[in-house]
Amino acid sequence: MDTATRALTAQQLVDAYGSREPIDQISTRFPDMTLADAYEIQLLQIRSRELAGRRVIGQKVGLTSAAMQRQLGVDQPDYGHITDDMVFLEHVPIDASQYLQPKIEPEVAFVLKSSLRGPGVTVAQAIAAVDFVLPALEIIDSRIRDWKIGILDTIADNASSGGIVLGSTPVSLADVDLRLSGCVLHRNGDVIGTGAGGAVLGSPITSLVWLANTVGALGITLEAGHIVLPGSQTAAFPVAPGDVIRAQFAGIGSVTARFAPNSPATTEGAS
Amino acid sequence: MWTINHAADVLQACEQERVDRPPITDEWPELDLDSAYAVQDEVLRRKLEAGERLIGVKLGLTSRAKQQRMNVHAPLTGWLTDAMVLPAGVPVPQDQLIHPRAEPEIVFVLGRALEGPGVTAATAMAAVDMVYGGLEIIDSRYRDFRFTLTDVVADNASSAKFVIGGVGRRPEELDLALEAVLLEVDGAVVDSATGAAVQGHPAEALALAANDLAQRGLRLEAGWIVLTGGMTDAVFTPPGSTVGAHFTNLGSVVVSGG
Repeated sequence: MDTATRALTAQQLVDAYGSREPIDQISTRFPDMTLADAYEIQLLQIRSRELAGRRVIGQKVGLTSAAMQRQLGVDQPDYGHITDDMVFLEHVPIDASQYLQPKIEPEVAFVLKSSLRGPGVTVAQAIAAVDFVLPALEIIDSRIRDWKIGILDTIADNASSGGIVLGSTPVSLADVDLRLSGCVLHRNGDVIGTGAGGAVLGSPITSLVWLANTVGALGITLEAGHIVLPGSQTAAFPVAPGDVIRAQFAGIGSVTARFAPNSPATTEGAS
Repeated sequence: MWTINHAADVLQACEQERVDRPPITDEWPELDLDSAYAVQDEVLRRKLEAGERLIGVKLGLTSRAKQQRMNVHAPLTGWLTDAMVLPAGVPVPQDQLIHPRAEPEIVFVLGRALEGPGVTAATAMAAVDMVYGGLEIIDSRYRDFRFTLTDVVADNASSAKFVIGGVGRRPEELDLALEAVLLEVDGAVVDSATGAAVQGHPAEALALAANDLAQRGLRLEAGWIVLTGGMTDAVFTPPGSTVGAHFTNLGSVVVSGG
């Protein structure tokens, strides 16, 4: 892809956030698209958000489960950026209509106490850089029509990021076996998914190490205080207005995301 | 002409000769649930007559996903005999099985008998003495695991073998809804789940088994083993493969494909 095509594609994705009108799959329209093109398109969007006053507060890792990697025919994860406007509080209803085709994923978020600069970051260094973990829900979304994505499409689309909700029970890594810790995902009281931390690249720590080393090779540092979402412990599930999603993690606590009902008027009429 | 006895003959022959076959309901669409359990009971009766011992029950179709795929709303039960026990460290006996698959399960050992109707998850849990992690080796006598609900009931819920892990816990020590398993094939994670994937909680599955058996005038006996149902989808265990189930608090169970 040439510079102009990258910039144009980035702008189309930025526009899709506003119009909520998805764009056609990118990689099929540009068969010569590379991994470098995809990340550059992502970075162009993040830069334009920063110019608009948003701050990067962390990163997310995607495509971390065996099932997702099989589905997309890849053997590596990808990453995207989390900006401050993507974070929601547990008790505040989330307007689902800001998204195009949202889904939810339960994750255990890392909060860093010191920076991590790859390449060459080890598991030991990654663990030492973690301040604590928090229960988290990630809202993923695709600006690409019908979620018809390959790895290049999702990378260009900021790793299909949407938003995050963090729980409020910090736990030290020394107090929990992240690999074997169980997770149960509820939607409106029904169990819709279960899993374990090890569903994330064998261990969420592996995901953190991969991220530090992958962005490190590009000259990017994971900063102290930043949040890292290492990947989902279950499949992703669609969410709709009015849904209440709760994820419970063994030894870590729980987190709830409330989606606002479609229209306040309808709610009043119903009650 | 299909009868309970003939269906038992056919399924036992498949098991003994390691041949799979089309679903019985292809030829006997009238096979209903009562008759299917009668087939299961008849095969058990013959096995006990031949010297096997009844040591417990297993539940099947305890996950919502599997129930939706089969269009049913309740799990099913099958019988466990001592011939199905695969001791720790022994590979999957390929020479006895057709197309074995493994699925990780939470396993109960009952401290006292449990008799329905009216058993709840709480009263069921009170009858559990110890909890283990296990790997069930299932093997359908039907080609490509293609069957209807009544077919699989007649086939003793695809049961074949099972391995029970070495770490036993008292039920009050565990939050079974959050007890997780990481399923690995050849060292790579392929799936994960928790006890909540089993009918919401494995104790719910146990209560259902007790209440189901009560409808047939049967009860779960003290000392019996209960395999509560696959937590994840089953994975094939071909020769040369290794399947590992790693539980949060119930240790690891590993079985080799031989």
